[in-house]
Amino acid sequence: MILQKIRTENMYLYYGNKMALNNVSISIPEKQVTALIGPSGCGKSTFLRSLNRMNDLIDSVKIEGNIFVDDINIYDKNIDVVNLRKKVGMVFQKSNPFAKSIFDNVAYGPRINGNNNKSELKEIVEKSLRDAAIWDEVKDRLHDSAMGLSGGQQQRLCIARTLAVDPEIILMDEPASALDPISTSKIEELIFQLKENFTIVIVTHNMQQAARISDNTAFFYLGELIEYNKTKKIYTNPDKKQTEDYISGRFG
Amino acid sequence: MILKRFKRDAKGFFFEGLTLVSALIIITILIVMLVVIIIGGKSMFTWEFLTSFPTEGMTQGGIFPALFGTALMVIIMSIAAVPFGVITAIYLTEYAKENSVIARSIRFAVRTLAVIPSIIFGLFGLGFFIKFVGTGMDSAFMGGQLKWGQPNILWASLTMALLTLPVVIVSVEEALKTIPRELREASLALGATKWQTIRRVVLPGSYSGIMTGTILAVSRGAGEVAPILFTGAAYYLATLPGSLSDQFMSLGYHIYIMTTQSANVDQTLPIQFGTTLVLLLLTFSLNIVAIILRYRIRRRRIA
Repeated sequence: MILQKIRTENMYLYYGNKMALNNVSISIPEKQVTALIGPSGCGKSTFLRSLNRMNDLIDSVKIEGNIFVDDINIYDKNIDVVNLRKKVGMVFQKSNPFAKSIFDNVAYGPRINGNNNKSELKEIVEKSLRDAAIWDEVKDRLHDSAMGLSGGQQQRLCIARTLAVDPEIILMDEPASALDPISTSKIEELIFQLKENFTIVIVTHNMQQAARISDNTAFFYLGELIEYNKTKKIYTNPDKKQTEDYISGRFG
Repeated sequence: MILKRFKRDAKGFFFEGLTLVSALIIITILIVMLVVIIIGGKSMFTWEFLTSFPTEGMTQGGIFPALFGTALMVIIMSIAAVPFGVITAIYLTEYAKENSVIARSIRFAVRTLAVIPSIIFGLFGLGFFIKFVGTGMDSAFMGGQLKWGQPNILWASLTMALLTLPVVIVSVEEALKTIPRELREASLALGATKWQTIRRVVLPGSYSGIMTGTILAVSRGAGEVAPILFTGAAYYLATLPGSLSDQFMSLGYHIYIMTTQSANVDQTLPIQFGTTLVLLLLTFSLNIVAIILRYRIRRRRIA
C-alpha cells in the first residue's frame, strides 16, 4: 500500500483579502514525484510554500483548512516550525548558495542542528554531494567559495544542502527554470534518483518536464485544484477540458 | 521676433551661468579652505609635532595628548555605540514589522536624534551622565566622595556615542537590507531559527556595512567638540588619561583653546594650523574609507 505523505483538507489561503487558494484538497503519496502545474499566478507556488510554512514569513497570509504531514496537522499551535522545515526541505527557483565555501554550504544544516563533529560533518557533506550528483565536480575544491560554481552546479549544491538535513520531503519550486538544457536534464535525472528515498513535490512551468519526471500531476488554475491524477492519465486522457486545453497549449 | 528670441536666449544664458557660478563657488570655498590649511599647517606636520606634549605654556611643542585623547575617546565611543546601533538595526530590519507603530517610532527617534544640535547632547551628557548617573554612583559606591560626578572621558565618550548612534543605525540597516531574501529563506528552509539565520547568514554578509557605520561614526565623533565641552575635555593635561574617570584633551577642543584662550594667539598660529590639518586629514581619510566600503556594498546590491 502506498502511504499518503501529505494531505490537505479544504485548504484556503488569503493574501490580505485576496484569495489565492480556493478549497484545495489533495493527497500526495510517499516516495513519488508529484508535479504541480498551471499558469503563472495559479497558486501552485503558494501551495508549495504552505507545505513547509514558508508563507509564515509573509505577514498578510492567512490560511484556513488543514494540512497534514504524516497525519500531523502542521498548522497546529504546538508544531515546531523549525522541526517541520528539517523534515520538509525546500529547493528554490533561483539557486541561493550562501557566500561560504562549498563544504560550509552543505554543512550549514547539520551545524545549526548542533553537529560540530568534524569527521561526521565530512561524511554528511560527501554523502549529500554524492546524492546530489555533484561530488565528482567539486571534490577537489570543497573549500572554494560556492559562488564560483555555474548556475546548474549551484542548484545541485543547494539540493545537496537540503539533503544534508536528512529531510523526508523535498519541495522544489521550479528548480530548473533558470538553467540551460544540459543542467536541466542533470537535475531531472537527479530527481528521478531521489524519489527512491524522498517524497518530492515539484512546481514546474515546463509541461514536458512534468510529464518526464512525475508520477502524479496536479493542475491548478486560479487558485483551484482543477484536476489531480496519475501523470500518464492527465497527459493522455484528462477528465477536465480546462486541463486538456492547458496541456495542449491552448492557454497559459 | 528677433528681439524676443534674443531676450529668451539671454535669459537662458543668464540662468545657466548662475547655476554654474554657484556650483563653482562651492568648489572654490573648499579649495581655498584646503589650500590655506595645508600651507599654514604643512610645516608643522612632523613626527615630532604628532608625538610630543605641548610646552612653554602651550605655545610650543606638539599635540600628542590631544591626538591620544581623541583616539581613546572614539574607541570608547565605538565600543558603546556600535553594538547598540547594530542591535537596534537588527531589530528594525529583522524583527519589527515594516510599518508597525514601534518601528516607526524608532525610525522617528533616530531621525530626530540625528538633527539635534550637538551642544544639546553636551548639555544632556552633563545633566544625565555627570549629574545623574555619576553623582548617583558617587553616593552609592564612593561614600559621597567625588569621583564619577565630574567630567571624564567615559561620560564624554558616552555622550558622543549618543550623537553618533544614528549614523551607525542607518549604515547597518542599509547593509542588512542588501542581504537578499532568498538567502534568509534558504537558511530558514534548512530548519534554522531566525536568530541562527541572522547570526550565520545576515550578519556575516553585513560586516562591511557595520564597518562603514563605525568609521563614519568615528569620523564624526573625532571632529565634534560641543558634546565633550562640558563632559570631559580638558584645557591642558600634563599626563595622558589613565582611567575612565580621567579627563582628556581632544583635537577639536585643542583648536578652540588655541584660537580663543591661548596666552598668545599669534604665537600659537602654527599650532592651530597644524592641529587643524591633522584633524582634517583624520576625518577625511576615515570618510574616504567609508565611501569606498559603501560603494562596494551598493555595487553588491545591484549585482
